[in-house]
Amino acid sequence: MRRWWPGGLRARLLVAFVLVTVLGAAAAAWSSAGSAGRALVAAAERGVAEAVTGRIGAVAAELTHPPDQDALDRLRAAVGPGALATYGDLRSAAGTGTDLVTDALRSAVRTGDRLVTQRVAARDGVWLLVGTPIAVTAPDGARTPSGIEVYVARDLADVERQVDGLTAGAAGTAALALPPAVLLALAAARGVLRPVRELRDTARRLAAGDLGARTPPRGADELTELTATVNEMAGSLQASMAALQRMRADARRFAADVSHELRTPLSTLTAVVEVLAAATADVADADARESAQLAIAETQRLVELVEDLMEVSRLDAGTASLHLEDVDAAAAVRDCLRARGWLDRVELLAPDGVGLRVDRRRLDVVVANLVGNALQHGGPPVRVLVGALDDRVRIEVVDGGPGVPQHVRAHVFDRFAKGDPARTRTPGSGLGLAIARENARLHGGDIAVADPTAAGGEGARFVLLLPREQEDR
Amino acid sequence: MAAILLVEDDPLVRRGLHLALSRHGHDVRTADTGEAGMAAFAAAVPDLVVLDLMLPGLDGLEVCRRIRAAGEVPVIVLTARSDDFDVVEGLAAGADDYVVKPARPTVLDARIRAVLRRSTGVADGVREHGDLRIDTAAPAVSLRGAPVALTPTELRLLLTLSRAPGRVLSRQQLLEEVWQHDYLGDSRLVDNCVQRLRAKVEADPAAPRYVQTVRGFGYRFGPV
Repeated sequence: MRRWWPGGLRARLLVAFVLVTVLGAAAAAWSSAGSAGRALVAAAERGVAEAVTGRIGAVAAELTHPPDQDALDRLRAAVGPGALATYGDLRSAAGTGTDLVTDALRSAVRTGDRLVTQRVAARDGVWLLVGTPIAVTAPDGARTPSGIEVYVARDLADVERQVDGLTAGAAGTAALALPPAVLLALAAARGVLRPVRELRDTARRLAAGDLGARTPPRGADELTELTATVNEMAGSLQASMAALQRMRADARRFAADVSHELRTPLSTLTAVVEVLAAATADVADADARESAQLAIAETQRLVELVEDLMEVSRLDAGTASLHLEDVDAAAAVRDCLRARGWLDRVELLAPDGVGLRVDRRRLDVVVANLVGNALQHGGPPVRVLVGALDDRVRIEVVDGGPGVPQHVRAHVFDRFAKGDPARTRTPGSGLGLAIARENARLHGGDIAVADPTAAGGEGARFVLLLPREQEDR
Repeated sequence: MAAILLVEDDPLVRRGLHLALSRHGHDVRTADTGEAGMAAFAAAVPDLVVLDLMLPGLDGLEVCRRIRAAGEVPVIVLTARSDDFDVVEGLAAGADDYVVKPARPTVLDARIRAVLRRSTGVADGVREHGDLRIDTAAPAVSLRGAPVALTPTELRLLLTLSRAPGRVLSRQQLLEEVWQHDYLGDSRLVDNCVQRLRAKVEADPAAPRYVQTVRGFGYRFGPV
């Protein structure tokens, strides 16, 4: 749809206001100028008619009847300039305008037996024509038409000029109303638009997450009601968000508390399972030995799970801290692999001299997790590639296994997301990748799982990007 | 075999660690509160104290400070992992090392043995560095003739650094040599121990003469 109406509320208000004001002023000026003009013309007509009648009356008595040319000339001269006197075929004319007398006027004068006026437009102006028959009064008082007719033409240019002046004055007055109309329109627009603008700003701040944003309601109009409604809405939004955040905080605190509480019995278990294993090491009962080994393994797994849960809690709560040190990326990765006995199972392609500033323990956690996953869920060959970008270091872990299925890829960093639903009893807490990614992000980096087809290879490909420089925190 | 005082409030954890450390050949005494721990410490000074930081009453940090003030008995604190506040405070209170709970007895035993290890290899006699006299055979340290009392860890740090004056050792190297930690050792252990060592051997610890910081690399001894 075509927009013929200005878009902004301010422009609309301005146009409407000015239109109404100008139309009103113009109508008032037009009607007053019109009636004044009509009165002027009527007065001019009356004046001319009276003058003509008076002058004819003054000379009528001296008229001989029937008049000769000479008498007509005298009559015409008495009436004044621009006059025409006729009697039958005789005519006496002088001055301009007498040629404007039409046959229609003549017949009206002849048959009407009274004074007739007519306005005609001619010669770039308006002319007033007055025609009157002259009656002869008999001694007995009876009046009979004498057959003499007098016509007078008067130029109404003066009157027209006066009327034009009036119109111009009215237009000027109407024009004078324009600037105040614009100012008033602007003021009204301001009055309406300021609350609207304030509401808009408030809505923006709300949208940006500042749920404390409010607009103080002023006055008692519809906009004030709207403002109050928006404030109410923001209030209930804020309350809901606060409740939501409280619930989240409660859930996190619960997880942290549970992990914390689990740690004490786990401390005891950790202390005694080794005693148990050592005590059963030389016992003949194979089942007892295996049971002790299982107890150790499962206790260790519980410890790791609880540690991971606590680490997640710290990351969630934002209390995880970074101990930044300058390390060599290749050396750090090699140390990580060596500490876990993975050096002969993993191919490390890392140039020396790629330095970065990281928390060594957290980098170790990330690399160990990615490589551990590749060894466990992927397939050989497992390769770690370290590369330096402009301001970042790229550590890639690639394996030759089946890769991460498309439908799993989006959730692979979720908590307790396991790669294969049929394999839920694999070692690991299910928090490893989630923690790895949080650790990367804590450094201002990130981990992504690459699309193997895009990378032109098979198997899983995890890419860790870390900034080389870190602000000390 | 070492005489160990274990201060831990939870009875089952205390008993479990008691069993496990005894199994590793240590002579373990236990205490369940900070006050009881201090009393046991005063009654018979142990070779080493294993101290839980979360104690009711007199807390672990205060116990650690008092033990440090009383002498050179090494302290290993038990702390929640990455509970940074605990670690930092524990090291500042003078702990020689810390072990994360739940502590595996084999790990704890290895740390105990590392902390108690007296010599660092070859005893090459007496070394003189300025006012500092280091007898590597005893081993003993004296400053302008007066003996300086150092904890085993402080002594080992000084011996390790002074073996090659002027050579820079990184924190990681020191962690591996002095504390026998793996490559992920906590470098704050080194920094804290250096501070304590300077307080004992330097005339002005803010402008150290013997144990100098090499910014970005680590520490070096002298050269004097």
